[in-house]
Amino acid sequence: MLFPALDSPKWQSHPRAFAWGMRSVGSTVLALVLFATYLGIGALAHDSRFSLGWVLTSTALVWAGPAQIILISMLGSGATAVQAAIAVTVSAIRLFPMVVSVLPLLRTPTIKRRHLILPAHFIAVTLWVECYRLLPMVPRERRVVFTTGLGCGLVLVCLTATTVGYTLAANLPPALAAAILLLTPLAFLLSTARNAKHLVDVLALVLGLALYPPVAMLHTGVDILISGLSAGTIAFGVHWWRRRTA
Amino acid sequence: MSDFIGDWHALLLLVLAGFLPNEIWRMLGLWFSGGIDEGSELLVWVRAVATAILAGVIAQILVFPPGALAAVPGALRYGAVAAGFVAFVASRKSILIGVICGEIVMLVGEWWL
Repeated sequence: MLFPALDSPKWQSHPRAFAWGMRSVGSTVLALVLFATYLGIGALAHDSRFSLGWVLTSTALVWAGPAQIILISMLGSGATAVQAAIAVTVSAIRLFPMVVSVLPLLRTPTIKRRHLILPAHFIAVTLWVECYRLLPMVPRERRVVFTTGLGCGLVLVCLTATTVGYTLAANLPPALAAAILLLTPLAFLLSTARNAKHLVDVLALVLGLALYPPVAMLHTGVDILISGLSAGTIAFGVHWWRRRTA
Repeated sequence: MSDFIGDWHALLLLVLAGFLPNEIWRMLGLWFSGGIDEGSELLVWVRAVATAILAGVIAQILVFPPGALAAVPGALRYGAVAAGFVAFVASRKSILIGVICGEIVMLVGEWWL
């Protein structure tokens, strides 16, 4: 990926910085994984009987894969708005440290907080990773524009994938539609496994998978919250206990 | 237009149960950026719970699958995901290779059954 040198006059142009940001989408394999994920989300929304416009709006507004599959699968299986909102907000807490850690890369002494609202909205795991990789090659005064371009590019990729997944689920023979629906659990399991670098995260993933089926037999309506809260807390307990005795 | 988005109730549900509970953490991050220790124990716990909730949703989709996936036998659903995971580990954590292998097992299994 080649950008002009940091002091090149080409960086003077805002539209050009935006375009370079948008074009950077083509330089990352993460965009392919994101495409596969949103194919799955589109298909999941179709088979959970949501409209195409609804799921496209959710991709643009929510812009977080885990929150979207939680929202779609919970509402689709009859959970109430309050139950879904609780599960979504817990899944979204991880965005807080991401935003806190990325924004210092975008800040300049004169910047206003409102200029950072759009870049903050685009922050999710992919943009977070890409900012660390790409922003050092971008002059500080152009980073907000560049990041906005990158975010817009990723959203466009995902809107396309959502539409394609939704349409495929509606028109494909059942065997292929099932394969597209499998993309969601597959892509999320693997990307979560890849992000789980510490024992506490690996344990949370494994226990979270293992605890859901027995908890689901209780039919509480908040099975996901109960299994997630207990699995996560047990994993944290092990982490805390190991640190204490280490 | 109303067919494209669905009724206003569905859209309201999206904003109240999806957009706001998700976006609030980004805006809080924007507000507080600068003063939070990324390695604090509270954030470790939060991350663990968030990971486990996502894991629960993955399990839910596999155990009680939606739509067309429900017609696929359980053994094939679990087998395909397991094969994808093995390929992911064998390829030194390539998500793309894992996803492709899992999908191949799924399609071959469906065709063969």
